[in-house]
Amino acid sequence: MATIPTTASAIAAAIASKQITAREVIDSYLAQITARETDIHAFNLVTADAARAHADAIDADIAAGRPIGPLAGVPIAFKDNMCTHGIETTCSSKILEGWKPPYDATVVSRLRDAGAVMVGKTNLDEFAMGSSTENSAFGPTRNPLDTSRVPGGSSGGSAAAVAAGFAPVSLGSDTGGSIRQPAALCGVVGVKPTYGLVSRYGLCAYASSLDQIGPFATTVADAALITEAIAGHDVMDSTSIPQPAPALVASVTQGVAGMRIGRVTDLPAGAEPEVIARLNEAFTALEAAGATIVDITLPSLSYALTAYYLIAPAEASSNLARYDGVRYGLRVNAVDTNSMYGATRAAGFGDEVKRRIMLGTYALSAGYYDAYYGKALKVRRLISEDFERAYAQVDVILTPTSPVVAFPFGDKVDDPMAMYLCDIYTIPTNLAGHPAMSVPFGTGAHGLPVGIQVLAPALGEAPMFRVGGALEQAAGGVK
Amino acid sequence: MSTSGTPISAADVAKVARLARLDIDEAHVVHFAEQLAKVMGHFSDIDALDLSGVGPMTQPFPLVNVLREDVEQPCLDTDEVLAAAPSSDQRRFRVPPIIGLDD
Repeated sequence: MATIPTTASAIAAAIASKQITAREVIDSYLAQITARETDIHAFNLVTADAARAHADAIDADIAAGRPIGPLAGVPIAFKDNMCTHGIETTCSSKILEGWKPPYDATVVSRLRDAGAVMVGKTNLDEFAMGSSTENSAFGPTRNPLDTSRVPGGSSGGSAAAVAAGFAPVSLGSDTGGSIRQPAALCGVVGVKPTYGLVSRYGLCAYASSLDQIGPFATTVADAALITEAIAGHDVMDSTSIPQPAPALVASVTQGVAGMRIGRVTDLPAGAEPEVIARLNEAFTALEAAGATIVDITLPSLSYALTAYYLIAPAEASSNLARYDGVRYGLRVNAVDTNSMYGATRAAGFGDEVKRRIMLGTYALSAGYYDAYYGKALKVRRLISEDFERAYAQVDVILTPTSPVVAFPFGDKVDDPMAMYLCDIYTIPTNLAGHPAMSVPFGTGAHGLPVGIQVLAPALGEAPMFRVGGALEQAAGGVK
Repeated sequence: MSTSGTPISAADVAKVARLARLDIDEAHVVHFAEQLAKVMGHFSDIDALDLSGVGPMTQPFPLVNVLREDVEQPCLDTDEVLAAAPSSDQRRFRVPPIIGLDD
């Protein structure tokens, strides 16, 4: 049997050219899952039988000379907040345990149409609320690089699945950093595309003005390939940008000669010294590759955390009102509907979800709306205007992804504010609706990976991937 | 109105939990009030900003109504949807009485 390639692009090429079969690829990845999943717990569900059947169907198509999709036979894992028709979708919450959606998310059907093979549904912080995957109702995911530490979150299962070799690529969702932060902590590439570039149809909503789906991968080129496959207008999502998917893979190898890279001189403090050292090395590497480093200021950035933790819970308190024990999921019976709602939601939601629903309800309640939610929306405008001024001077901005490397279990879980500070560098992008990615760049404390974040203006995926590609090239030379 | 000097009390949490249809017992109300007060305390940082003349931003990009042509399209299968419900009857979702014994 031929060696199984480790990237999605190489797997698709090897299968299309009949060097290996889709079945050999899927069996190899399923064997890796069998070997390590007990230790990692990346998945809520592994769909092994369906994956083998799908791979066999692809091999039959190839043998018969029928056309195959561009990602035919590429194993992929989906965060368990993306609807899969007839296949359990839980959001890692007891309130949805056992629910089988009556339809597929657009990203799921697009990737299936392209030939990608689903291997399973990955674990997350309940309803994507968290930065460590410790808030899952079904137990935490462990970081494949050090199983005593968290993988980050909320898409911790999707990041860990790629880092552990359970799939070459996976999808996550990013509301305040939930793709980029776990990518950084697990040493893989993670991309949050421009708001509206990828359809949210079939993504269980957390904060609808911030949520965006994007890929995890081991290489920047694979991340670009999957972004291309899932992007593009969808009539089922009214916030979907009415444009076709952009071509992005070619950008990865274009280099950064002549590009202007922004360095934030008033970056909010709190990052570990090793993280700042890697960031400085990243600037040096990009300068050596022909880019110009430009100092910029983003004075409102330090207020982003407050704006986010008012806006996201406010939207969540409305979005999660649908989990009321009527149409799907858990119901705790009671004498009347009102008692049934209260008992069902108390039994079905975990503490962090309850905290955010209450925070959001409070921020929206009479007497507090102007002081909290109304003010947060104005701060959001200030942050967006900061970025607008900066992007008049630079093509992209470089920051750390996470202020810290992967932390031990239990470190922050009882201190919500400490956990929220994990998102300090990733949140501003979501408020502005811009794209951003995390690229592994050397290591920090305890030899654990550091991620460098590339931020770009709206629909600036092409320059973002150029810089991502250059960082990946340079990362080979740092410790 | 300032966000500072308004720490969230146990009574606030109990009220908010009622509004959000979350049954929370007294011990947990106190626990949540302590945690939320700490979080809300951090939020007073935006009081330092001059926000006069700044318009609210609710969405990343301006949105307009997105409408499709009013033509028949396939919809979700009723039996499949009802099969996922906790209780159904005569092809409808079944719920407890709206007006219960407590009201």
